[in-house]
Amino acid sequence: MKTRDLSELAARNLREAVLRNSLTTLGVAVGVASLVAMLSLGVGLQTLASQRLTRSGLFDAVFVTSQRNFRGPRQSPPPDSSPKRESRPLDEDVRQQLSKLSNVTEVYPQIRFVADVRYASKSETTSVLGLPDSSRSSGAFDGMTGAYFSSPTANEAILQVEFAKALSDQPPSLVGKDLTLRYAERAALSKVAADDDEALLDIMTGSGKPGGISIVPREKTLRIVGVIESDPSAGIGGFGGARVYLPLKAVEQLHVAQPDDMQAFLSGNSAKPTYMALTVRVHSPKDVPQVEAAIKQLGFATFSLLDATKGLRLVFTVFDLFLGLFGSLALTVASLGIINTLVMAILERRREIGILKALGATDRDVRSLFFAEAGAMGLFGGLFGVALGWLIGSALTWGTTIYLHRQNLPGVKISYIPWWLALGAIAFAIVVSLVAGLYPASRAARLNPVDALRYE
Amino acid sequence: MPTAPLLIQAESVSREYRLGESVIRAVDAVSLAVEKGEFLALLGSSGSGKSTLLNMMAGLDRPTSGAIRVRERNLAELEADELARYRRETVGMVFQTFNLLPRMTLEENVELPLRLAEVNRHERQARVGEALERVRLGARSRHRPSELSGGEQQRGALARALVNRPAILFADEPTGNLDSVNGEQILLLLREIQDSLGMTVIMVTHERPLAEKFANRTALLSDGRLVSDGARR
Repeated sequence: MKTRDLSELAARNLREAVLRNSLTTLGVAVGVASLVAMLSLGVGLQTLASQRLTRSGLFDAVFVTSQRNFRGPRQSPPPDSSPKRESRPLDEDVRQQLSKLSNVTEVYPQIRFVADVRYASKSETTSVLGLPDSSRSSGAFDGMTGAYFSSPTANEAILQVEFAKALSDQPPSLVGKDLTLRYAERAALSKVAADDDEALLDIMTGSGKPGGISIVPREKTLRIVGVIESDPSAGIGGFGGARVYLPLKAVEQLHVAQPDDMQAFLSGNSAKPTYMALTVRVHSPKDVPQVEAAIKQLGFATFSLLDATKGLRLVFTVFDLFLGLFGSLALTVASLGIINTLVMAILERRREIGILKALGATDRDVRSLFFAEAGAMGLFGGLFGVALGWLIGSALTWGTTIYLHRQNLPGVKISYIPWWLALGAIAFAIVVSLVAGLYPASRAARLNPVDALRYE
Repeated sequence: MPTAPLLIQAESVSREYRLGESVIRAVDAVSLAVEKGEFLALLGSSGSGKSTLLNMMAGLDRPTSGAIRVRERNLAELEADELARYRRETVGMVFQTFNLLPRMTLEENVELPLRLAEVNRHERQARVGEALERVRLGARSRHRPSELSGGEQQRGALARALVNRPAILFADEPTGNLDSVNGEQILLLLREIQDSLGMTVIMVTHERPLAEKFANRTALLSDGRLVSDGARR
């Protein structure tokens, strides 16, 4: 029998027992919906976690430090370590060199310093950190009071709420107010000044080389633009630990004295500012190993959190597997419904099968007819199930968002149905239905036409 | 008088059924030859084995022993698919209980053998119309079987049996569910079609007068055995 005729006959048969077939199809749909809802939850949570982690900047970053020997004289080198050439200091030239590596999107220094913050009559000493402009999209500042910096060089500050409380009883009221930052500026000694007291300088440096640095107290007025509740993204290379945040470029213009200035001064490289560490941001976490290797080739020490993402992927894969197994249970029950419906149909249509065979239908024709009916129930059950699963997922996202809003947190999409999940679920429903139809179809095909015609 | 070529030849055909420990022999070593264009009536009382013999000749059942040759091919040796093809292309069947599918209209019922034979849609329409006109049911094509009388249903079943233009028409008690008037009309129609199309008809009936009136040969079965095989008239 031709496929079109087979489809027409199958559709007619399904229409004739519309209630029973609809209920069976609904059973398949509920099974598929539970599978889709479970997996969409797994995929959604994984996507959410990946997005958050990527935005946090912890997994697409390589943290670079200079390989310098700071061991004291009494400490001997580790027995297995070969003598290493000390790398260059991390200065602006190195920063530019690293930014030219492939797959690198951004290279910025960690500039962290201690400063005195004055507001109204209060004065507090605290830690200040420069934020790169990319931290705007890190998600760490979502939901803060006020706004992010208006520009990368703005003379603006964001305060951590605990510190803001030290300045005012009403931290949100600080937004829009000015504070004064008192800090230590690293200033190069002028050549003239050095010549005036060359002998003294020789004693100071022990090298007889001209030049040096001086630490000068400076003040800067900054506009408070935001107050952040939490400590944004802690960890190595993260933005945590500080109490006052400034735009990185604005901080660079302050020429704040850094702890490694003394070392640079002693090694005679005091003319150029150096950085304690550089953060190298890459396109995606998969680029980290290649960039990390390239930086090591240049003689710098590196560190990344890539291994942590591998562990995370493993956890989510196991999570998805379990969710899928639970979802499949409902589909298994639904497949029993299909078997039941089709076995009942064989009993009811025994005579019809006999007539078809008497008219020349082959065993294959009869089997195909039952298969087509099972497959159609699987197809419609799959389509309806994916739609139902999407509704359940949307309802979960909706409910979660309402709950999060009540907790003053931004809403998140916890359920996500990618195209492969939708198509896979429909295909799975059809396969399960066909497998369920295997026994009834072969039983119908094996019917003896004479026995079937005698059936009342 | 020159004899027509043999179309069906049953050679010592037996059919046994196992019922628990006992074996029932429904057809017992029957040998029978049917010529092309013949109208053969198989007579016998209930349980005489006439329907079993007809089912085997129609390819619905297989003999336990013996051979049934149709155009020199032994049906007992055919594969299931070949037997289905034989039923589809060579045979038309009419049953006592009409056996029209209740969910389909008359024309859909008549179209069914053409669907199974994969005849194209355009040709199907023409052949269904022709078959229904031949049994004078052209006006009832959109009706369902439940909307037709017994006589009309049997005529519809006859149209379905003819639509594939079979060489042999098997009729199993075609008048069994009809009153005498309708029964006679059906047989008249059957005879008319047989004459005009030149097909071979093998009919099972227990009504001897009707058989003698319309068939040109009768054979009598009793307890599974062929007890008399009349000459062709």
